[in-house]
Amino acid sequence: MPAGLMTGLYVFMLATFLGFEVIRRVSPLLHTPLMSLTNAISAIAVIGSLVMAGEQRTGLSTLLGTLAVTASMTNVVGGFLITDRMLRMFKRK
Amino acid sequence: MLDAAVSLAYVVAAGLFVLALKWLSAPATARHGVLAGEIGMFLAIIGTLLRTHVASYQWIVVGVVLGSAIGTPMGLFMPMTAVPQRTALSHAFGALAAALVGTGEYYLQAPRVGTFTMTALAVEVLLGSLTFTGSLMAFGKLQGLLPGRPITYRGQNVMNLSLLAAAVALAALVVARPGLTMLFPLIVALALVFGVLLVIPIGGADMPTVISLLNSYAGLSAAAMGFVLSNDLLIIAGALDGSSGFILSMIMCRAMNRSFSNVLFGAFGRVKEGPAAAAPEKPVRSATPEEAASILAAARSVIVVPGYGMAVAQAQHQVRELYDAITRRGVDVKFAIHPVAGRMPGHMNVLLAEADIPYDRLLGLEDANPALAEADVALVVGANDITNPAARHDRTSPIYGMPILDVDRAGVVMVIKRSMRPGFAGIENELYYLDKTLMLFGDAKAFVAEITKELAEGGRVPAPAARPEPAAARR
Repeated sequence: MPAGLMTGLYVFMLATFLGFEVIRRVSPLLHTPLMSLTNAISAIAVIGSLVMAGEQRTGLSTLLGTLAVTASMTNVVGGFLITDRMLRMFKRK
Repeated sequence: MLDAAVSLAYVVAAGLFVLALKWLSAPATARHGVLAGEIGMFLAIIGTLLRTHVASYQWIVVGVVLGSAIGTPMGLFMPMTAVPQRTALSHAFGALAAALVGTGEYYLQAPRVGTFTMTALAVEVLLGSLTFTGSLMAFGKLQGLLPGRPITYRGQNVMNLSLLAAAVALAALVVARPGLTMLFPLIVALALVFGVLLVIPIGGADMPTVISLLNSYAGLSAAAMGFVLSNDLLIIAGALDGSSGFILSMIMCRAMNRSFSNVLFGAFGRVKEGPAAAAPEKPVRSATPEEAASILAAARSVIVVPGYGMAVAQAQHQVRELYDAITRRGVDVKFAIHPVAGRMPGHMNVLLAEADIPYDRLLGLEDANPALAEADVALVVGANDITNPAARHDRTSPIYGMPILDVDRAGVVMVIKRSMRPGFAGIENELYYLDKTLMLFGDAKAFVAEITKELAEGGRVPAPAARPEPAAARR
């Protein structure tokens, strides 16, 4: 098994546990913003899409990459904007 | 040098993503969380563009401009009542991106793909494709484009599971022989169909669980992409998203006293025949807005229980006006929120926040029940199954064991409802036949507005003289 893969598995496992611990503490009050924020963060897939659309190795990969950039940029932009809009509404008396 | 700087930027981005979620744990710091996420994303994108050998920026620009053009209005103008739909759609987009990159990567590398990379690719594309169509179906149901009721037929579960098994078997074959490029589109097609079939038998009230589960899948497909591209930042962000979705679906399942498999394969909505037959003979008591207003005005403490009906009627602003009117009379008003009220986790909280109701007035399930036992009045606005006392004692009820809001323990219960039609689960709610319950028949928005009007016209609703007793309510 390649070393990079092992590191990847460790990273995945630790990040999952960390995610559990951090997210368990999020108040139910904010579960909707939580979902839209994690969704925006996982739109980090945009970096894989950018590489594919930018390198232009084949026509197919350029096409798929461009579509993927579009889809993930929609989430990056829309996700952060709507999360912030929601959170701005939560006010104490 | 540049490589090292970019790798460092990725590490910083990963740290910022974790901080973003940490800050989200409390409303006071939550907006810093968004900022941290934005900075992390910005660093990662700039770093990636600097490091990649970009042949030409033309297609990147096209994608970024198009995506921003779709995302900006979705983020800025989408009404809060449509947040569940938007969330379903964003899961679809995220999963689509993963499936597309996975497909592209496979055709770039095939037939020389290592077993491990190929496994990750298969997971990425399977999860991405089924989450894409599954989320689109969820979007269609939430948006009202598809019937919200479960669509079921004989042999559905056998059909779905064999479809999934076929997709996984083909994927395993391609992992063993990555050169079988003809099989790849078939795997994608099977996963796409499976996503559709997985979600159509699931009814509206189960959407909080399904949306959370799709959230988790979308995250896992992004993490799988991280393995394919050997990118730790992707693995971390995907794992965070995956565990968040998983935690939320567990919370939702627990709030319904059901298991994952029961939600996915149980088609809850089919339970309907049974005790309903005996219902029409039982008497219910109803009241006018004026009567409701005088009971509210005479109370010391009122707990409002909102449900999906409030979202459908878009009544949150009217509820806020009612809240103001009663509060002005010195009544203590709180809101009791069940975890699965509405169509996604936290749906009610966002709607009430939108209507400017302070969040320290909102109670979760655990705090709400002791408060309900002390309250003079419980006012149910568009909620049904989550208030049904049968869940506590009726072993034959399909919702037996589900944690509910004990509104029947309040002094007087008032329920705003269009008609006596049963809720999503198709179960009679015995709450409506209690002596202390008053049914307020009508549209939630209009009825709440009328109560507020009665309260505002001060003279007609007398100032509180004594606490209301259930017997004081007229038939």
